[in-house]
Amino acid sequence: MSDSQTAAVPGGVPSDAHGEAYNPALLHHFATEEQQRDSASLGMWIFLATEVMFFGGLFCAYLIYRGWYFGDFAAASTSIDAKLGGINTAVLICSSLTVVLAIWAAQTAQRGLLILMLVLTMLFGLTFLGIKGKEYTDKFDEHHVPGASFSFDHVPMPGHPDQFANPSHAQIFFALYFIMTGLHALHMIIGLGLFTWLLWMAWKGRFTPEYHTPLEIGGLYWHFVDIVWIYLFPLLYLIDRHP
Amino acid sequence: MAIPSGPQGERENYLNKHYGFGSWIFTTDHKRIALLYLLSITFFFFIGGFFALLIRLELLTPSGDLVQADTYNKLFTMHGQVMVFFFLIPSIPAVLGNFLVPLMIGAKDLAFPRINLLSWYLYIIGGVMMLHCMLTGGVDTGWTFYVPFSTAFSNTKVIEAGLAIFVTGFSSILTGLNFIVTIHRMRAPGMTWSRLPLFIWAHYATSIIQILGTPVIAITLVLVVAERALHLGIFDPKLGGDPLLFQHLFWFYSHPAVYIMILPSMGVVTEIIACFSRKRIFGYGFVAISSISIAVFGFLVWAHHMFVAGISVYAALVFSILSYAVAVPSAVKVFNWTATLYKGSIRYDAPMLYAFGFLGLFTIGGLTGLFLASLGIDMHVHDTYFVIAHFHYIMVGGALMGYLGGMHFWWPKITGKLYPEGWARLAALIVFIGFNLTFFPQFILGYLGMPRRYYQYPPEFQVLNVLSTAGATVLGIGYLLPMIYFLWSMRYGKPAPDNPWNAAGLEWKTSSPPTTFNFEEEPVVTWEAYNYEELDAHPDEEAPSVG
Amino acid sequence: MFDNFPLWPDRASTAAANVDALFIFLIIVSGLMTGLIFTAVLYFAARYRRQRGVRAEQIEGSTPLELTWSVIPFFVFMAIFAWGAVVYFKSRTPPRDSTEVYVVAKQWMWKLEHAEGQREINELHVPVGRDVKLIMTSQDVIHSFFVPAFRLKQDVVPGRYTVAWFRATKPGAYHLFCTQYCGTQHSGMIGSIIVQEPAQYEAWMSGGSTGPLSATGEKIFAELGCVTCHRTDSQGRGPNLQGVFGKPVQLEDGRSVMADENYIRECILDPGAKRVKGFQPIMPTFQGLVSEEQVNALVAYVKSLAQTGAAGGQASPAVVIPATTPAKGSKVNP
Repeated sequence: MSDSQTAAVPGGVPSDAHGEAYNPALLHHFATEEQQRDSASLGMWIFLATEVMFFGGLFCAYLIYRGWYFGDFAAASTSIDAKLGGINTAVLICSSLTVVLAIWAAQTAQRGLLILMLVLTMLFGLTFLGIKGKEYTDKFDEHHVPGASFSFDHVPMPGHPDQFANPSHAQIFFALYFIMTGLHALHMIIGLGLFTWLLWMAWKGRFTPEYHTPLEIGGLYWHFVDIVWIYLFPLLYLIDRHP
Repeated sequence: MAIPSGPQGERENYLNKHYGFGSWIFTTDHKRIALLYLLSITFFFFIGGFFALLIRLELLTPSGDLVQADTYNKLFTMHGQVMVFFFLIPSIPAVLGNFLVPLMIGAKDLAFPRINLLSWYLYIIGGVMMLHCMLTGGVDTGWTFYVPFSTAFSNTKVIEAGLAIFVTGFSSILTGLNFIVTIHRMRAPGMTWSRLPLFIWAHYATSIIQILGTPVIAITLVLVVAERALHLGIFDPKLGGDPLLFQHLFWFYSHPAVYIMILPSMGVVTEIIACFSRKRIFGYGFVAISSISIAVFGFLVWAHHMFVAGISVYAALVFSILSYAVAVPSAVKVFNWTATLYKGSIRYDAPMLYAFGFLGLFTIGGLTGLFLASLGIDMHVHDTYFVIAHFHYIMVGGALMGYLGGMHFWWPKITGKLYPEGWARLAALIVFIGFNLTFFPQFILGYLGMPRRYYQYPPEFQVLNVLSTAGATVLGIGYLLPMIYFLWSMRYGKPAPDNPWNAAGLEWKTSSPPTTFNFEEEPVVTWEAYNYEELDAHPDEEAPSVG
Repeated sequence: MFDNFPLWPDRASTAAANVDALFIFLIIVSGLMTGLIFTAVLYFAARYRRQRGVRAEQIEGSTPLELTWSVIPFFVFMAIFAWGAVVYFKSRTPPRDSTEVYVVAKQWMWKLEHAEGQREINELHVPVGRDVKLIMTSQDVIHSFFVPAFRLKQDVVPGRYTVAWFRATKPGAYHLFCTQYCGTQHSGMIGSIIVQEPAQYEAWMSGGSTGPLSATGEKIFAELGCVTCHRTDSQGRGPNLQGVFGKPVQLEDGRSVMADENYIRECILDPGAKRVKGFQPIMPTFQGLVSEEQVNALVAYVKSLAQTGAAGGQASPAVVIPATTPAKGSKVNP
């Protein structure tokens, strides 16, 4: 979150005309860098708390309808591709690893590794979105997208081959599926935008072992998006699955 | 530390440091942003007030003869939406909070000045969307958006209104986020938690609600918009959806929202009563804890809006008992304010008159909340004018009185000018009288059985409705007066000294108006809050009377 | 009170007195509290008005006082809660042998049908002194059935039944309001509850009806083909409905639910939601094929089977028959 200033000199801060230590990264209204860093970190944690509440409303709706229409939800869940979902889960977990490595690289002043890890993170993110796109396309083809052309007739409930799922209830599942994963994907896209900016800053050499706060709070955001997916995956893809 | 007093025009301050439209709409100075908010919310207040005027005019007669039914339904809907989301929720935090939080804790600005500006931009974007919605047909679902009417039956611009409020909600979230980080991290040396003015505690509690509650209504509006656009079935009983799910999600935010509206006002009233009694608030710790308790408990009572909605008897019992629990901290605060007056040295300046008004009206409003929390009574008065009277006592008699009192109290600090005291006292009196005349008859109307949102009613309700409309006219005049004399004072008011009230608090140690960066040097606090004994220790230096 | 300027609503039901008593108690408590605060504030404001040479006394606080004025109000509040809960509980629990009236709300009118078959629009005739239970649903949006003189209010929700009850105590005509905003003519969705002396009521009742609601339900039950599977012997593919109503039903997933009005309604409109133990899930849904009034009639019919029911409440499992989807009953025009 620094203003546009000259690049920080590795290994120390230059002094300005006043002879005092001049730190271009310190914003005017903060007294110390530590205060600025702590504020940024606390701010991001609070923002993540608001995100938990934001997704929370959807999880609440999901839990209620799953409780009422378990069989229908199970049938609908079985029809989405858990393999692709599983791959995506692995992809996101790897991306969180590369984020952590990126921060470590910044802490140890390894600019090259930092840039590599940021690029890898973004590649993983794009992979996730690509796979998600494939899933959505499949759902579209199967007429599982809620709305006028939705159809879900004669789909048996898992474990109860004699009973068909109620299409209206399945539509509720898919509505929640698209809204929850769609909201998640939107956050991924925003995350990619954020990381593009972080990548640009890293390329310009803005990050030092003393100052890499944007990386840390960007990393927090990315981890949060990952954790949301780790909840979404079993709840949406793995209801009553039998191997 | 403070810049010596002098006529305003000679010294540089945050108002005259930069000129030009751009210097205002691209500012990151919390004080300028506060004024940007002041202009915006005042604009919406008049729109909401105009709708109220039309509503009360229609209700002069039992038949629907002023406007058509659909128009009336849009009027009360948009009155509620504008007043709640575009006036009351931002009001004190975005204007007084933005201006004063950094000053009171000894900081140069909020933790995130650019996010502060972003929050105002979001408010404006949401406001423009709302205006557009209103001008191109409006919305008629009630501010409560109940389904399935809003998702499947209304023929008005529900999606646009929902999205407008969605955007504005983020303004509220960012303000709350900024305040929490600021209060945690930017306090001046020596400004410990127990030395914070209770205004800060109140805004801290409010911010907790803003960050945790607002996202829930945001996602609820998303669901409503999606359902309306795509007929998903989430709320449609014919497709297996549950209309009551909407109500739970909606009220989960909208109940705590009322505490967003009242807590800051309580903070203002605390500051005013302490200053105009010249003493420390009675029971500082208990008042601080009460603010936090209200914020926490406020999240546990939402279904008291749903006692007759079709929830189970057992759920109703739980929510009723919790609603009584949340009443206790509010009562405690009223007792503490009253006790502060004991053995005080009391002045009747306009801010104090508003504080007195607040005490009386909030007491009545709060007590009628006890009626509503009682299952046996709510059965009868739910969705009647009794509820309307109750929440207007709190939101107008409480929150708005506190806001006006705070505007008067800090006006000299914000503008460097003194408002005319005589007119201000008159306005306070007119507001108090007009308010009671408007809303007290509505308690009676409610118990008689007049339902909410009715534009025609049985003739035996007419006398009380006429009384209410008469009161509304008086109330309107009471609100116009400050608009006029505040504006007048900006040009013709006497210049204000740094501390016209000889009040406690770091904000009063800066110039009136303050410089852009608030403090020349970072203050170091070595005294407790409300150090009125020290301030009054030198009677010959006591501030001259204002106005 | 005054004819065209009333300040208190009529009391015309047994609940009204209970609610009013609680209300008056709260007025007294609030009045006392308001008086206390107002007096204290005004007295302190006058007594401690700023005077030259007199300084304020800095009083930090008083923990005993704080505890006192936290704990005492808390107990007062709990007492108010308890009293309110009792009043509420009574009003939410219809007595056993209440007369039933089915209510269907729609934009913007009330349709009512007595169990004996009389239909009314925006009006409800009831006799003094009889317990009346309202079984209500909406055809479209949420409405609310509000009779101020009875202190009675219950939201009417689409997709399910909600229930309210009253016993009228005074003859007369009383306002019926819709009090959950429901669109354009919300304030026009009003009517009257007409309470009559028993003799007058009987006279009104005999003024023609289409027969008891349960008889209408029996006809629909036959026309829709329900009787094909829900036979009165043990050979039916569906549970025997004799004596089912008002007793627990064992479900396939192990749960046990009470067969109340909402359960019967759900079975008709969404049969897969609660599979009955021991039966194949072959019942078709009648969502969209029956109107709310027809559902009410069917529910009334199933309820009537509880009275005439054969010995034993539980239906016995069917003989195994290959699961085929039976032909749907013909659609009956409402």
